[in-house]
Amino acid sequence: MTLSEFLAAVEQLAADAPAQIAAAATLDEWTAVRTALVGRQAGRITDLMTGLAALPKEAKREAGQRVNEVKATIEAALDARQVELEAAAQGAFGPLDRSMPGRAHWRGAVHPVSQVIDEVVEIFRELGFTIALGPEAENAWYNFGALNFPADHPAMDMHDTLYLGADQVLRTHTSPVQVRTLQRYPPPVRILAPGNVYRRDFFDPSHAPMFAQIEGLVVDEGVTFADLKATLSHFARRFFGAETTTRFRPSFFPFTEPSAEMDVRCGVCRGAGCGVCKQSGWIEILGAGMVHPAVLEAAGLDSEKYTGWAFGMGPARTALSRHGIPDIRILYDSDVRVLDQFVS
Amino acid sequence: MNVSHAWLARFVPHGRSPEAIRDLLTAHVATVEGLESLRTDLVPFVVGQVIESEKIPETKLSYNKVDDGSGTLLEVVCGAPNVTVGAKYPFARTGTTMPGGLVIEKRKIRGFTSNGMLCSARELGLGADHDGILTLETSAAPGTPFLDVVPTGDVRIVVDVLPNRPDLLSHRGVAREVAALTGIVLQMPEEITALPALTTSVVRGGAEGAAGGITVRIADCADCPQYAAAVIEGVTVGPSPDWLRAAVESVGGRSINNIVDATNYLLHGFGQPVHAFDAARLRGATLEVRRARTGETLVTLDGASRTLAPTMLVIADGSAPTALAGVMGGQGSEVTESTTRVVLEVAEFAPALVRTTRRAVGLSTDASYRFERGIDGGAQEEMLHIGAALLAQVGGGKVTGLVHLGEAPSARPAVAVRPARVAAVLGDAVPASEIAALLTSVGCAVAAGANGALAVTPPSWRHDIHREVDCIEEVARLRGFDRLPDALQGARPGTVPDHPLWVAYRQLRDALVAEGVHEVRPLPFVRGEDASHVRVRNPLAEDEPHLRRSLLESLARRAEYNLTRMQGDVRLFEVGAVFRPSSAALPHEEHRVAALLMGARRPVHFSEPQPPAYDAWDAKALGERMAAVAHPGAVVTLRAAGEATGALWEIVVDDQVVGEIRQLALDAPVWAKPAFGIELVLGAMPSAPVAPPKSHAHGTVTSQGRRAPVRFRTLPTTPAAEFDLALLVPEAVEAAAVETVLREAGGALLERCVLFDEFRGTGVAEGFRSLAWRLTFRHPERTLKEKEIEGRRQQLLSAVETRLDVRPRVA
Repeated sequence: MTLSEFLAAVEQLAADAPAQIAAAATLDEWTAVRTALVGRQAGRITDLMTGLAALPKEAKREAGQRVNEVKATIEAALDARQVELEAAAQGAFGPLDRSMPGRAHWRGAVHPVSQVIDEVVEIFRELGFTIALGPEAENAWYNFGALNFPADHPAMDMHDTLYLGADQVLRTHTSPVQVRTLQRYPPPVRILAPGNVYRRDFFDPSHAPMFAQIEGLVVDEGVTFADLKATLSHFARRFFGAETTTRFRPSFFPFTEPSAEMDVRCGVCRGAGCGVCKQSGWIEILGAGMVHPAVLEAAGLDSEKYTGWAFGMGPARTALSRHGIPDIRILYDSDVRVLDQFVS
Repeated sequence: MNVSHAWLARFVPHGRSPEAIRDLLTAHVATVEGLESLRTDLVPFVVGQVIESEKIPETKLSYNKVDDGSGTLLEVVCGAPNVTVGAKYPFARTGTTMPGGLVIEKRKIRGFTSNGMLCSARELGLGADHDGILTLETSAAPGTPFLDVVPTGDVRIVVDVLPNRPDLLSHRGVAREVAALTGIVLQMPEEITALPALTTSVVRGGAEGAAGGITVRIADCADCPQYAAAVIEGVTVGPSPDWLRAAVESVGGRSINNIVDATNYLLHGFGQPVHAFDAARLRGATLEVRRARTGETLVTLDGASRTLAPTMLVIADGSAPTALAGVMGGQGSEVTESTTRVVLEVAEFAPALVRTTRRAVGLSTDASYRFERGIDGGAQEEMLHIGAALLAQVGGGKVTGLVHLGEAPSARPAVAVRPARVAAVLGDAVPASEIAALLTSVGCAVAAGANGALAVTPPSWRHDIHREVDCIEEVARLRGFDRLPDALQGARPGTVPDHPLWVAYRQLRDALVAEGVHEVRPLPFVRGEDASHVRVRNPLAEDEPHLRRSLLESLARRAEYNLTRMQGDVRLFEVGAVFRPSSAALPHEEHRVAALLMGARRPVHFSEPQPPAYDAWDAKALGERMAAVAHPGAVVTLRAAGEATGALWEIVVDDQVVGEIRQLALDAPVWAKPAFGIELVLGAMPSAPVAPPKSHAHGTVTSQGRRAPVRFRTLPTTPAAEFDLALLVPEAVEAAAVETVLREAGGALLERCVLFDEFRGTGVAEGFRSLAWRLTFRHPERTLKEKEIEGRRQQLLSAVETRLDVRPRVA
């Protein structure tokens, strides 16, 4: 065989092979075609390879190169056809309608109030706050006395209390954790204390006898009201958005002085006044103030050396307004159709 | 506190709008909750715009189409000559009551329907102009409330006065603040400066005194530091003058008569509650302030008969109590139309006693509200003079006696205010001169004190200024919180570690939410029993007076709530507190986690139209997972629970029973699937005092709650050998017992031993079941030989046979 005859045979194979491969309609036919083309015993490529040996030495190089090229092309075509046929074979079990839904697991929801608490905790964590907890069944001293509530004073009327005994209450706020923490740990103290608190309020669309509160407390040397303002304004911008403006109003809590309440500009009307902000243009977010020296003293700290600030906020109100929930009782009912709406 | 905008201006001619006063008070004094127009009768009127208008022939009437913002143009007949297309007028929709009392109704006029009325100024009570309807120069849209467009009349400023500032419970008190903030001088209202000066001199005394034919006495000066009275003769009880009636109504009161209205004027104007007795109806011409005696009764002004006790303070005449001191007068000495001689009481009662009395009788009044919080004891004689002169003036009578028992409180000790401390607390240096000016502006006397401090003496009406920090608060709010810097500063890290129960909560919550369980936060109140549960002394609901002992109690009620709403696929969990009675000072409080599973194990999918329901095995696996998350690194085992517990399993962590898994007995409809509950203890929440009051217990801070890190195990490099063992196990033998034997006999090379099948029926004798385990063996260094594996199979079979009499199942 001359070189030109040999090359003609190679080109013939290169021309025939694609049609043969395409003609294989099943995996079995494909196997037969594969054997015929590249099979070790009688494949046409194998035959050509064998024929290569008979060529003159100087022609071998060129012919060999071409045979290998054709072989590679054929093998690639065979592989591609195999993938097609296998896919088709699987389709034989039924066509795969890829618009149908995937197989899901149940998805759980974090309670909407807990979601708010998480976000608050997240922001204060960035500022180095840790989490402290305290009992819900609390001594009256921790709940009132240590927090500078004068005995039998109208200030007590702000806290309609559920009593467990003469000196035992269901805590009316998370502020007792301030005193417990200051007694247990030395300054600097930077804590958040989320938890449930109780009031003798009957259930109605905006009141519940138990609700969550988040307390914050900072005590160290050199802590100022300016720090309070800066930190809480920073919190408001992180929580409500960078454009948020805040204002601080004078207020009264026995355990802080000066006392303030922080409002943010109503996001609905942008300050113009609307139903959401009761025409005031502002939404009340939290109460705060410099820790009263009497509280530091009740916890055994030197109130000349240390100063501090504290705040308290109710996450339920934020949860209601951000989700448009009309009635606080929905947060307690635990209807799965409601909870399903809050899956993460 | 209701403040009339107009009345306030008589004390301080501020010249500011209600909105400006609102903003000033809210920023510096106390929050203004709202502004209310006193022309409430004008609330229903809206802006109406005439869109079309045509004359009705042969009449003065026009037939108009009016846009009232409702979306439908209304046909309205109008008699005014000045109706102009495009102009806006006050509009009364049908159903609106006119200030005169007429109700606007839909009616036919000359064959035209009229749905409402365009109004003139006179019809709105805004003047006599009746030349036509009132044209509104406004860009407000049709439908806007008329009062928003034309602020009319006096405005009530509703101030939220907190318990520390009783001095703000009067117009003069609020006016003092406005004066301090604006620099405008506080003045006496014209109606007071116009009163003729009294010529009668005041009889002063300690515990007893007499004037104008009346003797007054204080039984105990601790109960009543001051008691003053004026006797006014020859009064005529009748309607109040217009200014007085307007003042009373401006704060939301109802005008009664000139004498009663004058007493209310003193209360709202000056914050001094006073009371007028009909002298003719006092028995024995005496008034004595004393404790009530057991068994005494009094019919108060509201007509209620009240049984008195020695804890209450009363004003008695010669024979019996005739007023509840500081709370309410008695019907027996009430001023009536026939009264001609009045005794006016101006007193200071002990706040705690008034509080006790009003709580005992369940009666909170404007008077008790102020006495409880503390009135201005320094103003008694001023109030006596003003009150006597005012009553004489409006009643047309003459003051014939003035008596004042007790003494105004002496000035309180000066408070030292250090400018350096002001800066240290506020974070802003305020010059001493500014501090002094601000404190002076609210009535403090400021002098130079020791070591550069200021010596600050608070005025008699400020009961909230005792310490330096109280003065610092005054400085901060009077300057304005806005003026303080608010740049975020660096801070030292705190010493408090995260509470371990919080760490556990967050990890459990992540795990349970990932399992598809919903978090809930229900109320902890349950029916319960006194013997076993902690009782709330003053519960909200008598049928749920106790605190729960178990979270599953709450979850079960929530599941039942869902079932009543036809929701049967319920997966709930809670991390929360439970309580049980304790001999310690407080109940034992424990934090726990509980989960409830009921209904379908998975959502419906087309490949599985009816997913199986949760069963005990789901609960067992979830319980194991929860225990492992709650107690990281500890050995968790689930043990069959004893018969008596009613539970399926006990959860045991490091040999302690910390929880249980049970099927829950719910009040459930027949279609409901079984419900399973898992509950386990996370830890006690200590409630004992940390340290005695005024001391601390600072010790070494440990990092509780930190997990032990997982130890890495190198992955195997040699192949595993795997075989299955199917065993015929008698019903009485527990699978766990068989597995224990397999694991022991399997030795160190047994890597895994998994129960994968249970079968009863054909080929398995009665009283037996076939259980199959898949065992995986691996040698760490070499491939196990066929012979070795077969040898192990034989060892295992002989072990279960000799120890448990269990044989292989022969296929």
